[in-house]
Amino acid sequence: MALLEVENLEIAVSSRGKLLPVVQGVSFDVDDNETLGIVGESGCGKSLTSLAIMGLLGGTTVRITGGNIRFDGMDLLTLPEKDRRAIMGNRMAMIFQEPMTSLNPVYRIGDQIIENLRRHKNLSYATARDRAVELLTLVRIPNPGERVDSFPHQVSGGQRQRVMIAMALSCDPKLLIADEPTTALDVTVQKEVLDLMADLQKRMGTAIVLISHDLGVIAETCDKVAVMYRGRVAEAASTADLFAELAHPYTRGLLNSIPFVDRDVEWLEAIPGRVPTLEEDLTGCAFHPRCALATDLCSLTVPDTSQFKPGHAVQCHFPGKVTS
Amino acid sequence: MSEPLLRIADLKTHFRTKGAGLFGEKKVIKAVDGVSFDIAPCEVLSLVGESGCGKSTVGRTLTHLEKATSGEAQFEGRDFLSMTPAEFRPLRREIQMIFQDPFASLNPRLKIEQTLGEPLFIHGLCKTWDEARTKIAAMLETVGMDPKVMARHPHEFSGGQRQRIGIARVMILKPKLVIADEAVSALDVSIQAQVLNLIKKLQRDSGVSMLFISHDLGVVRHISDRVAVMFEGKIVEIGEKHQIFEAPEHDYTRKLLGSIPRVTIGREVT
Repeated sequence: MALLEVENLEIAVSSRGKLLPVVQGVSFDVDDNETLGIVGESGCGKSLTSLAIMGLLGGTTVRITGGNIRFDGMDLLTLPEKDRRAIMGNRMAMIFQEPMTSLNPVYRIGDQIIENLRRHKNLSYATARDRAVELLTLVRIPNPGERVDSFPHQVSGGQRQRVMIAMALSCDPKLLIADEPTTALDVTVQKEVLDLMADLQKRMGTAIVLISHDLGVIAETCDKVAVMYRGRVAEAASTADLFAELAHPYTRGLLNSIPFVDRDVEWLEAIPGRVPTLEEDLTGCAFHPRCALATDLCSLTVPDTSQFKPGHAVQCHFPGKVTS
Repeated sequence: MSEPLLRIADLKTHFRTKGAGLFGEKKVIKAVDGVSFDIAPCEVLSLVGESGCGKSTVGRTLTHLEKATSGEAQFEGRDFLSMTPAEFRPLRREIQMIFQDPFASLNPRLKIEQTLGEPLFIHGLCKTWDEARTKIAAMLETVGMDPKVMARHPHEFSGGQRQRIGIARVMILKPKLVIADEAVSALDVSIQAQVLNLIKKLQRDSGVSMLFISHDLGVVRHISDRVAVMFEGKIVEIGEKHQIFEAPEHDYTRKLLGSIPRVTIGREVT
């Protein structure tokens, strides 16, 4: 049994009296010491999936309509609120994309970490404060003894993201969910933050779910990858297997769209069209309007998930087929 | 080599700010601090660097959106930094800017034909709306959009489509220099690739010169002829694209290139 198991997750948005599916049949698992990358473009459902795991889809318009999420054997979807709260921020923690908006601007950095520690670990203020300084040292904030009393606006964006990491790590979580943790950061800072996360994982054996739109970040940091397109997992495999042979035309299209720093191409092979909106009624495979391989079959039937190679799952009628 | 279209020498743009606190000491921020470069006709020069390096301020100074503190900038041999707004107006057609945010850079209350048509009248390129609409329709087709969209408003379009409209608004004036400030940064990769290809094609076909400002080194490699790397208001290295990417000389350029996560396709041979 893996630490986190997501099975056939379904999420829908209610809009004008209709339920529109935004996440459909998403399954994956993550174990201790393992990093799963979820990659995809805006609107593919990757962030909603992470919010569902954290139990943050509390609103009335977005809700989980099916599937299971199990953490350490517990069913998170039926867990009483009180028990769920004891886990979140404690054994399971999340780093959000926007370090500018996810820290409270009117509280000192240290106090925001201390609050979490006192709530979950029942520490005295003084002990919690010492622990906060320790955590800031761990995430390599310079002068942690002074910074603990700074307000979020007094530190840089990269440092704010490190504070978020420190806060997430404060109770030694078993599972860390990082939703685009480096997207707002410069590349040199991104590297520092990713290195830091890898280092912490090595030390504490944390399981990480890393959500990103950047295939480069995913390729360099994750053990396994799930590629999402319009609410479904298009392709999933270990990072090595996935990049060894891309099975889904969307993944190939995504990769060909990226201008890389280490190679020259005259024209990028862009994927034509755009991601269909939720309102658009689409039969068959969600990618078929943009896919060069699409046939009548693709526009009529949603492909089942099949095994392209052992451990390499793909949702496509023609896995591995390349246009010539 | 032919005469450069744009020549910038020792450009400085400094800002005065109030220091921290009520009685904080006033500070001078040297956003651009002695930048020099040339752009030849038909050439694409990229300015690359991390946030706060001053790359956007260079673009904004060249379009008179910020006031230069000192230095010189010549466009076709004429110094234009010291021009009054009235003197600069005719040059505004020739020096155009593509902005980053496709949601903020189109007026939500104007139809697409008004957004694209107004500059044509202001710069005296058209006399009647019939004439303007013909030009707008042709331009919309060039950027890969249906001419019928001219009767619609910006909120009806996706980010990628809005950026195409922003590009059409610039190119319809037949500028000589386009300054593109993070023109594709807000787009998803699959859309970014389409827009990048479009910008590259339009640049080749029209022969316009371009100052391409970006933090994304992959994008920069794809689009540029030459690259200038900026750090703390100064250009630390400038050269042909391949020299910068394959044989960078400055430590900062090497650090930037070394920080980028890479993808290896296929099995690694060991």
